[in-house]
Amino acid sequence: MGQFGIGQPVRRKEDIRLLTGKGRYTDDVHVDGQVWAAFVRSPHAHADIRGIDIAAALESPGVTHVFTGADLEAGGVQPLLYDLPFKDRNGKPMFKPARRILPTDRARFGGEPLALVLAETAEQAKAGAELVEIDFEPLPCVTSTARAGDPDAPVLYPEHGSNVAVHWENRAPDEIDALIAGAAHKVSVDLVNNRLVVAPMEPRCAVADYDAASDVITLYTPTQGIMTMQTAFAALLNIPKNKLRIVAQDVGGGFGIRSKRYPESIAVAWAAKKIGRPVKWRGDRSETFVSDYHGRDQVNHAVMGLDRDGRVLALRLETIVNVGGYCGDNGPRLPIDGGGRIIPCGYDIEKFYFSVKPVYTNTVPTDTYRGAGRPEANFIMERLMDAAADATGLSRIEVRRRNLIPTSKLPYRTQMDFVYDSGDFIGTMDMTVKEADWDGFAARRAESEKRGKLRGIGIASFVEQAGGRPTEEMRVKLEADGSATVYAGTFSHGQGHETVYAQMVEDFLGIPFDQVKLVQGDSDTTPVGGIGTFGSRSSMMGGVAIRRSCNQIIIKGKRIAAHLLQAEESQVRFEEGLFKVNVSSVSIQEVARAAADPSKLPEGMKAGLDENYLFEREPDAMNFPNGCHICEVEVDPDLGIVQIVKYTAVDDCGVVLNPLLVHGQVYGGVAQGIGQALTEDAVYDETSGQLLAGSFMDYGMPRAHHFPHMVAHFNESQPCKTNDLGVKGAGEAGACGAPPAFVSAVVDALSPYGVKHIDMPLTPERVWRAIADAKSKRAA
Amino acid sequence: MLDFTYHRPASVADAAKIVGEIEDAKLMAGGMTLIPTMKQRLASPSDIVDLGRIPELKGIRRDGADLVIGAMTRHADVASSALVREAIPALASLAGQIGDPAVRHRGTIGGSISNADPAADYPAGVVGLDAVVETNQRQIAADDFFTGLFDTALEPGEIVTGVRFRAPDAANYQKLRHPASGYAVVGVMVARFGSNIRVAITGAGPSVFRAMEMEAALSAKFAVESLAGVSIDAADLLSDMHASADYRAHVVGVLAKRAVAAIS
Repeated sequence: MGQFGIGQPVRRKEDIRLLTGKGRYTDDVHVDGQVWAAFVRSPHAHADIRGIDIAAALESPGVTHVFTGADLEAGGVQPLLYDLPFKDRNGKPMFKPARRILPTDRARFGGEPLALVLAETAEQAKAGAELVEIDFEPLPCVTSTARAGDPDAPVLYPEHGSNVAVHWENRAPDEIDALIAGAAHKVSVDLVNNRLVVAPMEPRCAVADYDAASDVITLYTPTQGIMTMQTAFAALLNIPKNKLRIVAQDVGGGFGIRSKRYPESIAVAWAAKKIGRPVKWRGDRSETFVSDYHGRDQVNHAVMGLDRDGRVLALRLETIVNVGGYCGDNGPRLPIDGGGRIIPCGYDIEKFYFSVKPVYTNTVPTDTYRGAGRPEANFIMERLMDAAADATGLSRIEVRRRNLIPTSKLPYRTQMDFVYDSGDFIGTMDMTVKEADWDGFAARRAESEKRGKLRGIGIASFVEQAGGRPTEEMRVKLEADGSATVYAGTFSHGQGHETVYAQMVEDFLGIPFDQVKLVQGDSDTTPVGGIGTFGSRSSMMGGVAIRRSCNQIIIKGKRIAAHLLQAEESQVRFEEGLFKVNVSSVSIQEVARAAADPSKLPEGMKAGLDENYLFEREPDAMNFPNGCHICEVEVDPDLGIVQIVKYTAVDDCGVVLNPLLVHGQVYGGVAQGIGQALTEDAVYDETSGQLLAGSFMDYGMPRAHHFPHMVAHFNESQPCKTNDLGVKGAGEAGACGAPPAFVSAVVDALSPYGVKHIDMPLTPERVWRAIADAKSKRAA
Repeated sequence: MLDFTYHRPASVADAAKIVGEIEDAKLMAGGMTLIPTMKQRLASPSDIVDLGRIPELKGIRRDGADLVIGAMTRHADVASSALVREAIPALASLAGQIGDPAVRHRGTIGGSISNADPAADYPAGVVGLDAVVETNQRQIAADDFFTGLFDTALEPGEIVTGVRFRAPDAANYQKLRHPASGYAVVGVMVARFGSNIRVAITGAGPSVFRAMEMEAALSAKFAVESLAGVSIDAADLLSDMHASADYRAHVVGVLAKRAVAAIS
């Protein structure tokens, strides 16, 4: 409906504000009388703490207080506990130790916060922090994912005796192993899914203000979900939920790590109440590197058996996930029943053995990062499919075609118990192959060769899963002036909800786009059933809740209109913003005005047009965004430099609410996926346990020059069948498609040398070395 | 960043006087290394002497056959200078490849060479082009200026005022960029002055150095094939998370050939 309705490429409302410096971030919050916080962090990857001496710090100019974990715990602060139900095959539960907010006995990763210093200025707080003397007894450390479970690896939790938290399996492997052993073709891959620093543009920040009269702590903080944060933080602070107000205004990127239970934020909130003064902490960039949760960090060994025709008979997958020094809120969950549960992705594989070992190491804990297990799962499947093409002699497209779940098999229940409701995996692949001009590749390769470059083309077909938690609450309120306000339980931190929710309200109620306002980011006004924005869930959850709130407004509006038009309610139709009875009509604005005036309402009706809806979907009614990406690269064989020269994406995210916004999501996801595959690597020194890539001088973020003009298309033929809007998630698909498509392309470019795989990131040295090794192997 | 006393002298003499009198004073050119180091509290000089407002340190001029670039000239100004582009296009190209736009508009040639970062681009330009570093006390040949990792021939309190370049017959700078910082993982400047060839390499070792065997081979015959079989010993090179010594040695060879090819 109209140029601002659903499906229109409406420009983002929020951009003028955000791009002209008018955004308001947590660091813009200053409260009169505030003190500044600084954290003392462990310089060691692993060390026992024999004592903490705060005397010198307390004497430092401007320092008002120094607190350790002992103070916080005496004040009722709770340790982080984890709701992770995983067991091994014998029923033994996962080892999931509590994390103390500021430990006083042992530090388990470099950068772990150990004490809090408050002072009149930020610089005084930092100077004071340097004077806190901690008596460390350094311990041997382990950072390697692959080696953390070795019998001789230093152990983080002596009481457990091993770094392996649990050995989880989906089933016994015997039948699978027998099938693979008897298969005509057997392929295997060993993969490293490199650890990433998430690095949102806005560093972490927290400002806490305690009001003694009401006994309420107000915590200003970046977040991805106001109400979930309020619940979690109140529990950790050991106070009732209504005594903690969470406020977030603009947030500079989330990518999954924003709403976590960070010790720094808890300590700041507690301290504000303890000392009776506002407390502000602004993490600097170096702190975000060593204290924001990291992403990914898995090693995978996968074996697949195929029949003579290239059909997969069975798959065996073993994953080790590095969860870091502590569990993280979701870290161990990711490969098992988080995003990783999507495996074997779009392929029709009935016989599947899956084993996961989460391991503790002396590194920053890992947690959800754009895709949260799905990029890892799709990477494994796509590298296996390329290996299968190689082993069977089928093309990479054909081997996928023979194994992708055909639309005729939908709804399809996966081995991990998801039900795919909709999708055209083969059709989407065919669209991409056509859009990318796959058939014309040979000519492009020949042209590149003339310039001394090796050209390769790579393909990735992927399925991911969106939805997260199964409830969300939204409220739509019509004001007496005819405008509308959406109170969101979701939380836009870059996605463009101000725009897309306004499109929805225009479409559903006929209220003009520019008269729809979004209110979010304050637990005093956010619907109590609000969850937040992660897992590509805002349209499928929040959007549906808006749809149903609007439906309720229409139902009530019809009663009011019937009263105003002196008609029967059943005679009233609602069309394009008008309540109509035969030839008479009243606009929704007139109904809204009347609704504010009890004298104009039917007897006993409550004033106002103000409806909220708590949407509870069937827990398994997630949805399954999918797509196919094709990447083309040129490799400089002398230096190993890879340049992406062409990138084509076709995504099936169901009904597209706003193509501009979804394109943005695809491009951003692809950029982060290419970042992982090409430049990003959170490398630790294995001996010292120090993060070597600890700043933007060493950690390579993807840059504009890495990307060609990218083209994103949609396959809109498969609306989601499990929600009112037909939408599927759109936020994380790019990060699923890009790494395997890119690696496939580089390996294809290097196929003249017989290179089969290169671990991410594909740095110039790794690519050069793969060529050099292949050459010397041939010479031998 | 810890508190410090800020000085902004109007002349080189005044700047020299302050650093001569205050033991812990530090000269600041563009501040591209010093300021981040101070923000991380890894350096905390008591006094900062900002050279940014000293007119005699700025600008690019011709002096006979030479080109003199003032110490406080920004990289972006060297990159876009008509004088430099005409006389030594390879130097303009090198300056245009330093860091990112923000760095190129703040960082200076004097600051870069005085800091002597092993991965900085300018040292390859200065040594490869056989330049002379001018200070408030003397002239120092490029070959004598860089003495090691973050180390130069500058005496305490000695201030670089400019760099004097003579135009080569031809020169070319090739670089493999660091994926994060934009510094040179390896940078190679090849310059031809008649039959005299200079090959200077930055990024690969602890300090800029000349590839003598390459120079000899190219002086005999200036052609790509002269470099066949000439290799750099990886034992003397740096290894880090981005590039091993082996790879750096290989890259030096590739970039040197490309530089020669570009001007053959």
